[in-house]
Amino acid sequence: MQTAVQLINLTCIFGNVRAVDRVNLEVYSGEFFSMLGPSGSGKTTCLRLIGGFEAPSSGQIVLFGQDASRLPPYARDVNTVFQDYALFPHMSVLDNVAYALMVRGVPRAERHRRAGEMLELVKLSGMEHRRPSQLSGGQRQRVALARALINQPRLLLLDEPLGALDLKLREEMQIELKALQRSLGITFIYVTHDQGEALSMSDRVAVFNHGQIEQLDTPKGLYEHPQTEFVARFVGSANILEGRLIGLGEGRFALRPERVRLVAGSEPGAHRLVGRLLDVHYLGSQTRYEVQVEGGRITALAPSQEEILPAGSVVTLSWDATSLRPLADGIPARPEASV
Amino acid sequence: MKAKPSLALRIAAIAGIAFLHFPLLIILLYAFTTEDRTYQFPPPGLTLKWFGVAFARQDMWAALGLSLRVALVATAVALVLGTMVAGAMYRFNFLGKDVVTLSLILPIALPGILTGIALLTTINRLGLEPSFWTIVIGHATFCMVTVYNNVVARFRRLTPSQIEASMDLGADGFQTFRYVILPGIATALLAGGMLAFALSFDEVIVTTFTAGQDKTLPIWFLSELFKPRERPVTNVVAIFVTAVTFVPILLAQRLTQSGEELHGGGKTT
Repeated sequence: MQTAVQLINLTCIFGNVRAVDRVNLEVYSGEFFSMLGPSGSGKTTCLRLIGGFEAPSSGQIVLFGQDASRLPPYARDVNTVFQDYALFPHMSVLDNVAYALMVRGVPRAERHRRAGEMLELVKLSGMEHRRPSQLSGGQRQRVALARALINQPRLLLLDEPLGALDLKLREEMQIELKALQRSLGITFIYVTHDQGEALSMSDRVAVFNHGQIEQLDTPKGLYEHPQTEFVARFVGSANILEGRLIGLGEGRFALRPERVRLVAGSEPGAHRLVGRLLDVHYLGSQTRYEVQVEGGRITALAPSQEEILPAGSVVTLSWDATSLRPLADGIPARPEASV
Repeated sequence: MKAKPSLALRIAAIAGIAFLHFPLLIILLYAFTTEDRTYQFPPPGLTLKWFGVAFARQDMWAALGLSLRVALVATAVALVLGTMVAGAMYRFNFLGKDVVTLSLILPIALPGILTGIALLTTINRLGLEPSFWTIVIGHATFCMVTVYNNVVARFRRLTPSQIEASMDLGADGFQTFRYVILPGIATALLAGGMLAFALSFDEVIVTTFTAGQDKTLPIWFLSELFKPRERPVTNVVAIFVTAVTFVPILLAQRLTQSGEELHGGGKTT
């Protein structure tokens, strides 16, 4: 597989904060790659480094086999969809989309024709002569997308592009973005703090924490085999069990709530815990149970039943030994830069 | 429903406006008086002859021409320098930034007489002859402040991602300025430029120090007032200048209003 982007020991320091700390990764051509993490984890800075909006403190950015670490944004074969869309308010939708062609000196008729095609691609035909202020949030998003794609970049960077949209629209756009990426065959690097979004759209996901990558994996790999407590808790939700477990040795383990079985009554045994039901959250198709056991709380998620156990009942929790995922230590917080 | 103002407030407001505009009416009235030595009230008679006298005065036209040229050039200099300084202040953080900001605003905050003396001393030191260009330099120091203030305020409203988006789409620095920044700050430039022009056009104190033998219109007015005869001529010229400057002021107001609509709407992007 061809490599689109390669980051080598990439570091970016602001004041005494290591926003991006020795990041190494490879993004393959044609891949839908996500950078996932809480705010302040370095994912957006990493994207801005690739786009050329920040300069790395050390390390290298290789784009399509060429060192691009010091190239200005306009010299990179990369385009960006900004979080706030960054549309030009004084230009029509058509001129916004045609901007990249205008600055390259493409004649007016030609650039308007191609901008019209791009608007068709994002289903905005008929909006050519409106101003950005006359569009809805979802429509602005599409204009930003069309504007970034008109140069036919080999790599598109998307910085939380759906963050400002409401839930319904966001789900529609997720499907459309994914379809667009497939049909154009462009490499997408997608920054988000929404783990559901990252899991549903991506080929691979890098989970960022404190400027470093905690885990880089496929969505299924991240969810099924989280390597650290941070990943286990940030991607989906997890029970963290600690101690010596029969057949698995000593350590910390993640256990997904839906892998926990719950029955009424007390039936102790191996890979079982008896506890008292603290709280029941009825979620429709599923029900979430909070159970107080000795030494902590366990969350269980099960398909909803006709009869729901009342809070206070004694219940027995059980799971398969194979559902327990051993965890390594994660990345500690390192706000101070050692330079 | 808006509350109706009380009678006292209305009287106070009307009195305030009258106080501001009464002197203008006096100037208007005495442009037509037949008495040319004293401002006796009421004027003994009304005449239009001073218009002819005033427009025939070569020294008046020369002063008006000089003032216009100085104001235009000083405004142009202020627009370029003020925009550049505003851009630098907006983009960069550096040691002593507050000091630079303060020193920029000083020419307008300091009494004009200090600025004037400072400029005159510098001009003498450098061995320059007071001329058209020394007046322009003097005026540009304070004209720049109005442009800077307007533009820097607008810069703060411009989203940095628009500039980044432009660079991302292949525009170099100059193209980004031409196509993204300039349209964004156009109305601020217009407002700052108008103000700069107005400041320069009626400036007296700094001009007296930097002008040498040349007379700008305000200085011409001053010297006319000390002459015993033909006093209504200054009133005629004042009315003429007021009438002429009214047009661009109204125009600018129109333009900035429609501009605000446009940019205000864009703020949500």
